[in-house]
Amino acid sequence: MSDRPDATTPVGEQAAAIAPDGQWPVWEVFTQSAQGAPHEHAGSLHATDAEHALQNARDVYARRGEVISLWVVPSAAITASSPGDAGPFFDPGADKAYRHPQFYKVPRGVRGL
Amino acid sequence: MTQARTQPQDDPAKVAAFEARIAAGESIEPKDWMPERYRRQLIRMMSQHAHSEIVGMLPEGNWITRAPSLRRKISLIAKVQDEAGHGLYIYCGTETLGVDRAELVQQLLDGTAKYSSIFNYPTLSWADMGVIGWFVDGAAIVNQTVLAKASYGPYARAMIRICKEENFHKRQGYEIVAVLANGTPAQKAMIQDAVNRWWWPSLMMFGPSDADSPNTAELIRWKVKRRTNDELRQRFVNLTVPQAAAVNLTLPDPELRYDADTENWHFGPIDWDEFNQVIRGNGPCNRERLEARRRAHDEGAWVREAASAYAAKQRAKQASEAA
Repeated sequence: MSDRPDATTPVGEQAAAIAPDGQWPVWEVFTQSAQGAPHEHAGSLHATDAEHALQNARDVYARRGEVISLWVVPSAAITASSPGDAGPFFDPGADKAYRHPQFYKVPRGVRGL
Repeated sequence: MTQARTQPQDDPAKVAAFEARIAAGESIEPKDWMPERYRRQLIRMMSQHAHSEIVGMLPEGNWITRAPSLRRKISLIAKVQDEAGHGLYIYCGTETLGVDRAELVQQLLDGTAKYSSIFNYPTLSWADMGVIGWFVDGAAIVNQTVLAKASYGPYARAMIRICKEENFHKRQGYEIVAVLANGTPAQKAMIQDAVNRWWWPSLMMFGPSDADSPNTAELIRWKVKRRTNDELRQRFVNLTVPQAAAVNLTLPDPELRYDADTENWHFGPIDWDEFNQVIRGNGPCNRERLEARRRAHDEGAWVREAASAYAAKQRAKQASEAA
């Protein structure tokens, strides 16, 4: 087994490589609370691989029947927007009032719009 | 004043912008800029909190095999398992501040980390299981309900999750208390004895009085804490006095009386010498708790090794199948 993740290895397996200090990799856990509800971030945990992460996630984040589905994602696989650039990054969406229904004038008395 | 509360490398303009965000009630997330001292204070508080959850399993774990019925036993096991989960929630929240969980665990095992003083008292009778749920978890809920509004997002979210689960802990404890309080004279004496032993250490759980709590002002300004130690202690006393009266138990404080002007229950002075002794490692069970924790960590080593070996084997198998 190579120490370096192979380019063809799925990303989950890459992240499962044990860190040099012996720590298991970190996984982010997402839980779905009901049919049709979105998966929401619940927290994180350490696990050796995806299967182990799922089992730990069940024991840590689903002890009371409040969860019907779990996702585990290697933390290293997540790319997040940067808070420092949040202003310019989200600017394009900030000044487009015409994307909201209130922007449009409708003749008085017309219903169902 | 700015000099005293921030590290030299913190840019004053950034600190001002950060404090403006806090003042506006915004929540701080892991990737946001924060003063180094805010980060360090949070690591200190959150890791102590996580350690307390983990060490907190020991006094109750002591009674699992001797629970008086299956109903009591499954509740106690579930509660102790919850405490392990709570420790993990908070360790994972602490890791978002850039510290390794392994490092924190090592500090606990080395005896260099602090944890709640309450867990250094012994659990001498079954009645202690009731009183711990009622007092210790009750005090933790008072504390954590406020921390659920802390400015640091991951800490606040962990607290919300914990508070939801901890209500069961308090109620199962009070149920044990109420049953014993209405039981035989011997049972009643046993529960009163437990109340007498746990009352003052429970009040100490809220930490030093405000006059001796140098970090409080800063933590409140940064909205890490939303109430002072003394305010939370008073809230706990006000909640608990009527609960004790409801089951005809007395609290061991001759000064306890209702003050109609302040609408608070006045209570007598706390023995801070005892608190300081326990914090410094000289409580009745400090050594025993750490020894038990180290033993559990060592005895669990094979599980961690086996899980790593299994994962390595699976990866090797997948790699050879792919080749």
